[in-house]
Amino acid sequence: MLIQLEDIYKIYKLGDTEVHALDGITLGIEQGEFIAIVGPSGSGKSTLMNILGCLDTPTEGSYLFEGKDMSKLSDDQLAVIRNKHIGFVFQSFNLLPKLDAVENVEVPLTYAGKKGPARRERAVKMLEMVGLGDRIHHKPKELSGGQQQRVAIARALSTDPPVILADEPTGNLDTKSGTEIMQILKELNKSGKTVILITHDINIAKQAQRNVHIQDGKIIEDVKVAG
Amino acid sequence: MDILQTIKIAMRGILDNKLRSFLTMLGIIIGVTSVIALVSIGQGATSQVTEQIQSLGSNLLTVNITGRGANTTLSYEEAMEFGESPYISAVAPIMNGSATVKHGNKNTTAQIQGTNEEFLGIRNYKLAEGRFITSADVYMRQKIAILGPGIAEDIFGLVSPVGQEIKINGQIFKVVGILESSSSMMGSNDEDIYIPVTTAERLLQNRGVRTIYMQAASEDTVDLATQEISVKLSRIFKTDTNSDFQAYRIFSQTEMLDTLNETTSTLTMMLGGIAAISLLVGGIGIMNIMLVSVTERTREIGIRKALGARKRDILSQFLIESLVLSGIGGVIGIIVGILMSRGIAQVIGITAKTTYSVTAIAFGFSMLVGIFFGLYPANKASSLKPIEALRYE
Repeated sequence: MLIQLEDIYKIYKLGDTEVHALDGITLGIEQGEFIAIVGPSGSGKSTLMNILGCLDTPTEGSYLFEGKDMSKLSDDQLAVIRNKHIGFVFQSFNLLPKLDAVENVEVPLTYAGKKGPARRERAVKMLEMVGLGDRIHHKPKELSGGQQQRVAIARALSTDPPVILADEPTGNLDTKSGTEIMQILKELNKSGKTVILITHDINIAKQAQRNVHIQDGKIIEDVKVAG
Repeated sequence: MDILQTIKIAMRGILDNKLRSFLTMLGIIIGVTSVIALVSIGQGATSQVTEQIQSLGSNLLTVNITGRGANTTLSYEEAMEFGESPYISAVAPIMNGSATVKHGNKNTTAQIQGTNEEFLGIRNYKLAEGRFITSADVYMRQKIAILGPGIAEDIFGLVSPVGQEIKINGQIFKVVGILESSSSMMGSNDEDIYIPVTTAERLLQNRGVRTIYMQAASEDTVDLATQEISVKLSRIFKTDTNSDFQAYRIFSQTEMLDTLNETTSTLTMMLGGIAAISLLVGGIGIMNIMLVSVTERTREIGIRKALGARKRDILSQFLIESLVLSGIGGVIGIIVGILMSRGIAQVIGITAKTTYSVTAIAFGFSMLVGIFFGLYPANKASSLKPIEALRYE
């Protein structure tokens, strides 16, 4: 088991009332799965994604990633997990606007300690893989939404993490670009990456192999789909 | 973390906001500039005054007799007895008073200084023309006079006074020499008239010496000479060398230099300190801008953290940025400070002296300010929780 969530709670205190963003989630994800976490806004799927991505910590419950208990890791150890084991693809791309495409892809490599020409070479290779070999020196605002998301995917892949965590990756894109991005994610899954997709869109979710439906912080359905 | 890469990113951030970066650096620039300029000018002035004092001869001892009761002066003979000491190589007593000086229809009052042949050498004065008093003049009570350059011009205008006659208190004196102008902390010789001390005794009807210039045999004997003079004078005036009341005062050049150096170094430190305060204010400017920058870039920090930046990566990014800001400010400040001190020095007529240590201290201090005031914003940035930073709009 790659990821094992056991009875995860995330509770926010708003004044006197407690909000259970996650209310006892138990979920296992195998190596190489293509799983979609589906739910309407406010269902808790973003909170779940933040916990899966080690961006946030649960109030209660245990999270094992590759068998390691994430609650026992320090902030810096979590940073290493995010750097080397998880690749993030965000709805709003989250590229650094002042850096060009290749420099954006280099950011995780820099934190991984890769230096000089090797780093640049790896970043260019990643951009070529997502079909942006001719745009490596474009700034994000000089690229279309689909191209920006492809830069973000190249960035997520740069340190060769086993898990890709994609949060509404097609949410800000037109249908055509969205389809292209989904295609890339499918191919990544075929090449052995575990892809976790967070979406509110059933049609997008159907392209995964497994759908986990979330509502009010609880898993209401966990089904295999055709993919 | 790649330091070069971080510096590159910091430089880009600075260049992206040229005006803001410049305004941020301005505080540091002004601080470093004022430290360098003020200290350079202060040190320049100090070394100039020091040279001036040393040009008087560092072995010079000046004895002023204030006296006790009715006994307020020494006789010429008593004064000359100091020369018997092995620690003292030359003695020039001064007997002075004012007198009216006449030449043709010019009529003026001047300070008459009666002295001997040693005076010129002890005081390190130079002759512009003619000769000074000789021992024969003193012995023979010659009525000769050497004029200071100011009074020579007052009386004779552009005509050379050497060989001319003047009347001092009605007696005829022959002018045999003119001094070169020399003014220092010890006063000016411009308006003085020098005559043999024996002649002065009669002319001024005043048999007393109040000032004696002496030359110690060497720099090392200055203290011994001072002691010996002190003992002798105490005996003459019957005072205790340890008591507060003294009938005389002895100044040595070294003492004067010490006092002066103490004063000027205090002054330089004070000026430097005031300038350092402006550096501190500059540092607060950096902190202010860095805090704004942290807020503005919260999202960037969130993204970087999501991509694997550790606390120290973010910390060093912001710290290096503030260091680059203060460092560039420091370098500009040094350049402007050196130019400014040269300019001001030229205007007030001294030579500015910028030492490496001042430059290094000013630059080091500006970097320190960068670290100190950059640390809080950088720490604030690095402590942001990734999820909160990412959510920030």
